[in-house]
Amino acid sequence: MIAAVFFYLFASICVASAFMVIAARNPVHSVLFLILTFVNAAGLFVLMGAEFLAMILVVVYVGAVAVLFLFVVMMLDVDFVELRQGVLNYLPIGALVGLVVLVELLLVLGGWAIGENVTAAITAPIPPAADVSNTAALGALLYTRYVYFFQAAGVVLLVAMIGAIVLTLRHKPYVRRQSIAEQNARSKASQLSVKQVRSGEGLSQGLQ
Amino acid sequence: MNDIVKDYFPLVVFIAVAVVIALPLMIAPFVIAYKKPDPEKLSAYECGFNAFDDARMKFDVRFYLVAILFIIFDLEVSFLFPWAVAFGDVGVFGFWSMMVFLAVLTIGFIYEWKKGALEWD
Repeated sequence: MIAAVFFYLFASICVASAFMVIAARNPVHSVLFLILTFVNAAGLFVLMGAEFLAMILVVVYVGAVAVLFLFVVMMLDVDFVELRQGVLNYLPIGALVGLVVLVELLLVLGGWAIGENVTAAITAPIPPAADVSNTAALGALLYTRYVYFFQAAGVVLLVAMIGAIVLTLRHKPYVRRQSIAEQNARSKASQLSVKQVRSGEGLSQGLQ
Repeated sequence: MNDIVKDYFPLVVFIAVAVVIALPLMIAPFVIAYKKPDPEKLSAYECGFNAFDDARMKFDVRFYLVAILFIIFDLEVSFLFPWAVAFGDVGVFGFWSMMVFLAVLTIGFIYEWKKGALEWD
């Protein structure tokens, strides 16, 4: 009963804020509604017993991905007056792309078929939630049975890291950085010398 | 399902208390605050000047780089948690599968260190 109340609370806020993501005029407000959607989806995960996923959703999506979206939105330098002017020009091509996506979705839904090993997978014994915690159940499968997906995730992260560096890293020229190895390699003999200065003559430039 | 609701009930209580304290403080100014709008209140100060530009200026792309590098290592660490919890069950294979995963990401880490992506200038 009380779980159902929370389910409808989270689900309705989730759907409403997901709608507001695309309905909000200001892209920063869209991102804030997206954060609200993530938090409510985390609540739904908690209700399903997937506590680890819920906490990861909050930590990774709310804590990091939403901040990244905010950076991107702020970087785009969106001028709304200018955006509105181009709407009619881009409407046909936008409608075309939307139509293609719609047809693809319909094809996917129309060609839906249940794989032959699904029955085996869903009848496999699932340990009760009281015996095995969500985190342990994930750990027991992810690193051994689904090892290829796990390694693929690692490669995707590597590609994301290198791609972000290649695309955005621009060093300013003529910036002198600290080189600790070079500092430590300096010795007293190479940097200091004792000069005999005769009285009244001083040091000429060449001697220094 | 009810066990989980029972486990998280203190959280619900905390959130409810936070809402009960915060909402009236947010709504009360709209109701009881003294309002006397005047265009001079929104103009620049006597010795100030009007803004040269919009406050919403472009963000430096370097913030984006720092954020995405943070996310990648955040995800790497989040993969470590189930592995550590199920460490006794996954066996030697699970151990080495995590080591390969970490090695792949360490390659990226060495790359970004050598490229100087961790330095600001």
